[in-house]
Amino acid sequence: MKARPPSTAIKARPALRDTAIAAVALIVVLAIPLVHRSPAFEDFIIRLSAMALFATSLNLMVGNTGMVSFGHGMFYGLGAYAFALMMQMTNLSLPVAAVLAVMITTVVAFCVGAICVRLSSDYFAFVTLAFQMLFYSIIISWQSLTGGDQGLRGGLPRREIFGFELASQLHLYQFCAIVAVLGLLALRHISESPFGQTLRMIRDNESRASFLGIVLWRARLSAFTIAGAFAGLGGVLAALFVSGAYPELADWPNSGQAIFAVMLGGINSFLGPALGAAILLALNDVVTRFTEYYGLVLGLVILAFAVVLRRGVLDFLKLALPRGPR
Amino acid sequence: MDLDALGACLTTPACVVTQTTSGLIVGMLLFLVAAGVTLIFGVLKIVNFAHGTFYMLGGYIAYTALGATDSYALAVLSGALAMALFGVVFERALISRVYGSNVLMQLLVCYAVVLIFDDVVKIVWGPEFHAMGMPPAFQVPPLFIAGGVVPPFYAVLIGIAALIAIVLGLGLSMTRLGKTVRAAAINSQMVSALGVNTTLLFAIVFAVGGGLAGLAGALAAPVRSLSPGMGFSVLIESFIVTVIGGMGSILGALVAALLIGMVRGFGTIGFPQFTDGLIYIVMIAILLLRPQGLFGRPS
Repeated sequence: MKARPPSTAIKARPALRDTAIAAVALIVVLAIPLVHRSPAFEDFIIRLSAMALFATSLNLMVGNTGMVSFGHGMFYGLGAYAFALMMQMTNLSLPVAAVLAVMITTVVAFCVGAICVRLSSDYFAFVTLAFQMLFYSIIISWQSLTGGDQGLRGGLPRREIFGFELASQLHLYQFCAIVAVLGLLALRHISESPFGQTLRMIRDNESRASFLGIVLWRARLSAFTIAGAFAGLGGVLAALFVSGAYPELADWPNSGQAIFAVMLGGINSFLGPALGAAILLALNDVVTRFTEYYGLVLGLVILAFAVVLRRGVLDFLKLALPRGPR
Repeated sequence: MDLDALGACLTTPACVVTQTTSGLIVGMLLFLVAAGVTLIFGVLKIVNFAHGTFYMLGGYIAYTALGATDSYALAVLSGALAMALFGVVFERALISRVYGSNVLMQLLVCYAVVLIFDDVVKIVWGPEFHAMGMPPAFQVPPLFIAGGVVPPFYAVLIGIAALIAIVLGLGLSMTRLGKTVRAAAINSQMVSALGVNTTLLFAIVFAVGGGLAGLAGALAAPVRSLSPGMGFSVLIESFIVTVIGGMGSILGALVAALLIGMVRGFGTIGFPQFTDGLIYIVMIAILLLRPQGLFGRPS
């Protein structure tokens, strides 16, 4: 292997740093149950891992590329259904079923994206929403395959993988944490790569990007497809958590949740959407304990963010603290 | 899928009349909501995600007003006027703060309002379904047209919506206010520079949009049941109508609303399980052929 010129060595350093941060985060998360077992906390992390992947993948489009998709929940739901169906109907091992589910999601995201990415931004938002609603109505009406509005019930066969027994909550926790951290790390690399820079250039000035020889629709389609794939991965984790798949996973409010997570955390910070997902989940857990009017509280919180802060938490901190956390 | 049933229906005048009527009801109510969405988008470039909430609140207020006054006409009027007022308050208090910020901020503000008022409705009117019932004046035997059954209330409802479509169309093309609105849709800064009070104009646009949605909610209350969250499906469909018709075009909204109404009316015969899916397919197909919608200006 050739010695790298110094400039690439310097450029490689942020990647190393991100990997180190991810490793530390993973070790901390994996160590917590060794010190203290708390089913509620482990549940939270499992749900967060699915939601964080979902929201962060959406932000590859929203924050990086400036494409506001309202239909991202489709790929989350598709990942969950594809995975759950393969687990129930075939004897494939869990990793194979998961990889196949992500691949199916990727292919569908590519096809949907190919139709949507050339539309202007308002129409893009609505057509993605229409595709999601079409997918949702297919789930509802294709009862023999998907169980209709009841969802895929009967649980997933718990097959052992690599010594992981996913029926155990601890193992599921570890599995989800590892998959989510690796997934986020991969997304981080993508968004920091030259391709990620290209996406930000398109967001900031698409005419200039086009003059520089970038084929806009191709870059957008790549972003759409990658985002769909990672949302599908999030959906696989969600299916593991609920032990099946439900139409709600692919419904409009779920896309809304991802958009809120992105906005609450901050669209211009890589970890913003994951933080936003954590805030939303925690808010949900706390508020539903005190009142059944979750929507009312959530609405007021969102209003406070949108009208007072006017940006997400991490973006706000970034502005408030010079050289603040990334 | 049941194409035989669809074929049989299309060759029976009675079935055609009945399904056309139900399609017209759906379409006309949808038009009232979508006209507001498209008007607000045309002038303010805001996609009002809270429009379904106006529709829902209009229905509930009419329900309460009917209980208080025993007059359906007053109920409809109060639903529409209350929502016109609500629209102005909503625009002044919240939307005016996010003019010029990105679409996501506007979406968040609107969706927050949707969440809040879905719960407010639950608190005030309870989470259960309410049925307003047919107003006594319309509890008369239905009309029969070519063997098809048409309840008189349906005919009146279609008539009112058609009247409003005409008034709105003429108002926009003939009156001074309408011309100002159309000018503001093209370049609101220029209109402001020419001495028009655009703050007032924007509030009026929201009042008209909110009032139409409230009217639709009040008119729909006797035919559909009231429930928290009922605004959502109407919202999605009115967006589909707006997008198919071309955002900002009232005529487009009318044509698209009737198209969606007919797809619903006849789709329930031919594809009872998949009527919703059919609508999305129609939308996707039209947008692929004409990305700016049927009557939209290319951007």
